[in-house]
Amino acid sequence: MIAALKRQLKTWTLWELFQGLAITGKYLFKSKITVLYPEEKTPMSPRFRGKHALRRYANGEERCIACKLCEAVCPANAITIESEARDDGSRRTTVYDIDLFKCIYCGFCEEACPVDAIVETRVFEYAFEPGEIHVMNKDMLLAHGDKMEAQIAADRAADAKYR
Amino acid sequence: MFESLQLFLAQWVPDGMATVLVILVQAAMVIVPLLLAVAYLTYAERKVIGYMQIRLGPNRVGPGGWLQPIADALKLLMKEVIIPSKSNVYLFVIAPVLAIAPAIAVWAVVPFADGVVVADINAGLLYILAISSIGVYGVVVAGWASNSKYAFLGALRSSAQKVSYEIAMGFALVTVIMTAGSMNLTEIVNGQQGGILSWYWIPLLPMFVVYFIAGVAETNRAPFDVAEGESEIVAGFHVDYSGMTFAVFFLAEYAMMILISFLTAIMFMGGWLSPFEGIPGLETVFSFVPAFVWIALKVSFLLFVFLWFRATFPRYRYDQIMRLGWKIFIPLTILWVFVVGVMAYFKVAPWFVHGGVA
Repeated sequence: MIAALKRQLKTWTLWELFQGLAITGKYLFKSKITVLYPEEKTPMSPRFRGKHALRRYANGEERCIACKLCEAVCPANAITIESEARDDGSRRTTVYDIDLFKCIYCGFCEEACPVDAIVETRVFEYAFEPGEIHVMNKDMLLAHGDKMEAQIAADRAADAKYR
Repeated sequence: MFESLQLFLAQWVPDGMATVLVILVQAAMVIVPLLLAVAYLTYAERKVIGYMQIRLGPNRVGPGGWLQPIADALKLLMKEVIIPSKSNVYLFVIAPVLAIAPAIAVWAVVPFADGVVVADINAGLLYILAISSIGVYGVVVAGWASNSKYAFLGALRSSAQKVSYEIAMGFALVTVIMTAGSMNLTEIVNGQQGGILSWYWIPLLPMFVVYFIAGVAETNRAPFDVAEGESEIVAGFHVDYSGMTFAVFFLAEYAMMILISFLTAIMFMGGWLSPFEGIPGLETVFSFVPAFVWIALKVSFLLFVFLWFRATFPRYRYDQIMRLGWKIFIPLTILWVFVVGVMAYFKVAPWFVHGGVA
């Protein structure tokens, strides 16, 4: 009886509707979680997998030895490698292409690489206009690696103890 | 002011044309601020709902997003008006006009302050009821002409809903008329003089709530937006509309929202009257505030409540809407007509002493 009366009272005073309004009213004044993207950015892991790069040793020698493990492991067949012996007898790549449209950014190439040559950097803000070249060749990969080397090395160092 | 303008114009043009020009000026003075208010109401809606969802809402176009409505309007103006090949072209194009025309025409009798009204007619409320019910034709015709089942379903739902809630709304207005003893909106406001406690929302509190909720239903706003029902029937009656024809429906909906807020403010919240009338001290402190500021504040609050509802409540099911309209609102309003009759008979102060039926 009392419960029924209570229910009726709640119904006719629109009690639950006002409760709902109170909740949204409270949220109106909460601080907002929106990140204003180009000006602000969310924190990023050192393991972030973005645009690829080829690294060099400190003496300037390129790391890649054309073992083609990355080409073999790539699930999207995005990597194309051709190699031949250099004048000094060491094997190096002549072609190293990554099709960024095929790439799914899984990071397997980086894991497969025995010499830490191919890596994925934190750079994710890049795009291709229609008709623009979307295949990164060896020169572009090496140039990107040279530019990002400081951060690439720091990220590998930060993550080293988990590997 | 307008008399002198008419005399001024009459020096150059024939008398009849001077009258027409004055009427055009008056219409423009109502419609232009109305359209601006509609534009910024859409901005306010996106901001308020965004803030309630802990987002920021539009903030890129212009400082703080202030130019967003302008950008939206330009975009809609530029877009192609697509007319479905199997639609009834004539009705398809005329439907938005049928929706917007009543939404603008009702403003003729709405007073913005004492005497500031285009047409101060005695049957003001009747006129508003009559004209605003024509708005449903826009929706029905749009749904029919689109030749799409979603649009047709939306139109059916909308017409049933509007017809149902108009009855409750009409009865709520009857109690206001009984209390004020007049259908003239200016007189209804003047009957509420004497501060916040003399406004009609106290004796008519259930009607105040019923009227506002019925108003939300009349304007097809959430939580009664089954006519649009994005998640059920895509966009309801305006699925097939694009570009400017869509913008006109949009304008009509928001103009009706502003109208309902104005009417609620006028009939239940003392219109342009200060809430501090008759309170010594506060009355003199706030006496510098012009009348239109008070009505603007009340209307803004009610519009905010419209947006607040949308951010809070989930959509009613169709049968729930019908149940609320027919089984709760209509009996409640009829009951309250009798209650008001009794209150008017005993001349309950301070509401029933100015006019009233008894």
